[in-house]
Amino acid sequence: MDIAKVVSKRSFMLWVSFLVLILLATSPLYAPEYTVILLTSIFMYIVITVSWAMFSGPTGYISLASAAFFGVGIYTSAILGKTLPLPLIIIIGGLVSFCLGLLVGALTLRLRGVYFIMFTFGLVELLLHFILWWEVNITGTTGRVVPTMSNTTVYYLMLIIFVILMLTTYFISRSRYGLAMQSIGEYEEAAAHTGVNVTTVKVITFAVSAFFMGAAGTIMATRWTYIDPRIAFNPTISFLPVMMAIFGGAGHLYGPVIGAALFTYLEEFLITRFPYYYMLIFGIILVVTILYLPDGLVGVIQKLWKRILEMKHADT
Amino acid sequence: MIERILDVAIAGLMLGGIYALIAVGLSLQYGVARVLNIAHGEFIMLGAFISWSLYTIFGINPLVSLAICGPVVFVIGFILYRTMYTSLRNSSASPAVFEGKSLLASFGLVFIIQNVAILIWGADIKGYSYLAFPVNFGGAKFAANRLVTLGFAIIIGLVFYLFLARSRLGKAIRAAAQDPSAAGLMGVNINQVLALCFGFGALMAGLGGTLISMSYQIEPTMGMEYTIIALIVIVLGGLGSIPGSFIGGFVLGLVGSIVTYIQPGLSLVAYYVIFMILLVAKPTGILGK
Repeated sequence: MDIAKVVSKRSFMLWVSFLVLILLATSPLYAPEYTVILLTSIFMYIVITVSWAMFSGPTGYISLASAAFFGVGIYTSAILGKTLPLPLIIIIGGLVSFCLGLLVGALTLRLRGVYFIMFTFGLVELLLHFILWWEVNITGTTGRVVPTMSNTTVYYLMLIIFVILMLTTYFISRSRYGLAMQSIGEYEEAAAHTGVNVTTVKVITFAVSAFFMGAAGTIMATRWTYIDPRIAFNPTISFLPVMMAIFGGAGHLYGPVIGAALFTYLEEFLITRFPYYYMLIFGIILVVTILYLPDGLVGVIQKLWKRILEMKHADT
Repeated sequence: MIERILDVAIAGLMLGGIYALIAVGLSLQYGVARVLNIAHGEFIMLGAFISWSLYTIFGINPLVSLAICGPVVFVIGFILYRTMYTSLRNSSASPAVFEGKSLLASFGLVFIIQNVAILIWGADIKGYSYLAFPVNFGGAKFAANRLVTLGFAIIIGLVFYLFLARSRLGKAIRAAAQDPSAAGLMGVNINQVLALCFGFGALMAGLGGTLISMSYQIEPTMGMEYTIIALIVIVLGGLGSIPGSFIGGFVLGLVGSIVTYIQPGLSLVAYYVIFMILLVAKPTGILGK
């Protein structure tokens, strides 16, 4: 009886996801262009946030390197944009980020807590200032022009990356591999003693999450047409996914998705009219979330849902 | 040649004085109060802008506003710790959890303080001219305000060191840094001491901000750069070691000055390279345990 319930619930979720996906995939046919552009932005933030949560959610290591991986993708797009077809560039951009992720992961193996946070943040600033210096002193030019794509193409590419990412995250979280990461987050020494290869698990996951951020950067570069180091390696890109994921609930599959979608919508709504109030509200929401909602929005919803179920139970 | 070396060395010391001051503040907040305050630079920015307002509107001497900015920022820091961070500390299961949560809360503060400042003062770059005449120093010329900045940075650092080393409260702070719960058992009012430490950290940032506003341009988004420099310095000096932070500040200032002399524009890159090598090779820093 119970098993049947669980199976039916899972297949129900599957059907809902499938339906939503079809609606999203066909949206350029009926939705106005503005909606498609907005959806692209939303998917970009979702991809960055979910990839951030893929590593940082279960392990508890807070990475601020997102902007570095995203920026590497953007620069790959700018350098190779004219010579190669876009799908190939996306894969290359992702792979370059992946390799950077492997390198950073291998270097920071022994770093815990704040040391890891500081290192990852330093990485963004290092790349930013190095490339700035390089462009000013060596190549003598600042910024690059990226060949543009149509809005619909950008949208579909982002959607594809999003679907692949969600599938990857889903299968990781349900596998032994996901359990291993969870155990690292709970108690790293104990995980190592029970036979989890802590190092490999951490480094590979970090690199995989970097792959998706790089791929997202490669795609978004084609929408911005002009990029320079300050746009590509904008530290805000490192902070936003942390906030979005924590607001939504970093420990759940859908938490980061909901957090990113709500915040991007709020940004779209507020940033043109009240840019400073937007960031102010952002900060306040973050503080309130950390103080009062340790499991994020999804945690609150689950708690409410449980209470409703209990009330029903009490009635019958 | 000697003139040039002197030139680079003194420029480095002047830069280092500011670095040392702001790093000591951050070191106090992290080493004792266990908050890696990413919003540290935002307190510096507040100090700088309050001094700017006092100077341009009321004509108050920036050296006098040291006595105004410091206490104002101290009170803000103290209240923040008594409310937000204390409630986070009480709800955290372990010190490690508190470190993570307080760091994220400081992120929120960055955005709150920065954007409130933009709403009050606008997003433009500002500056004023105070003691900007040149002083001849062994053949090398320096702006008087930078020399005054260096002097004040050293005086504030020494006074603070004496306070920690000699006073009763300083002893309580050092005890809390070593073991908060044992210090609590020995009769130290631990919540009060931690909040005072956070406040003192903010105070140093405020003073640093005032000194910075005397010789550099200021803008509401300037905080992050100073936060990062303070972070690099406290890692260089050893996390939690206050004398280490003070020395580390001068070391980094000298490095910055030397790199700027050889290849202008690469000083920040040099800082990050040092920082990352340190983190990987010797995360305990120069004077760390």
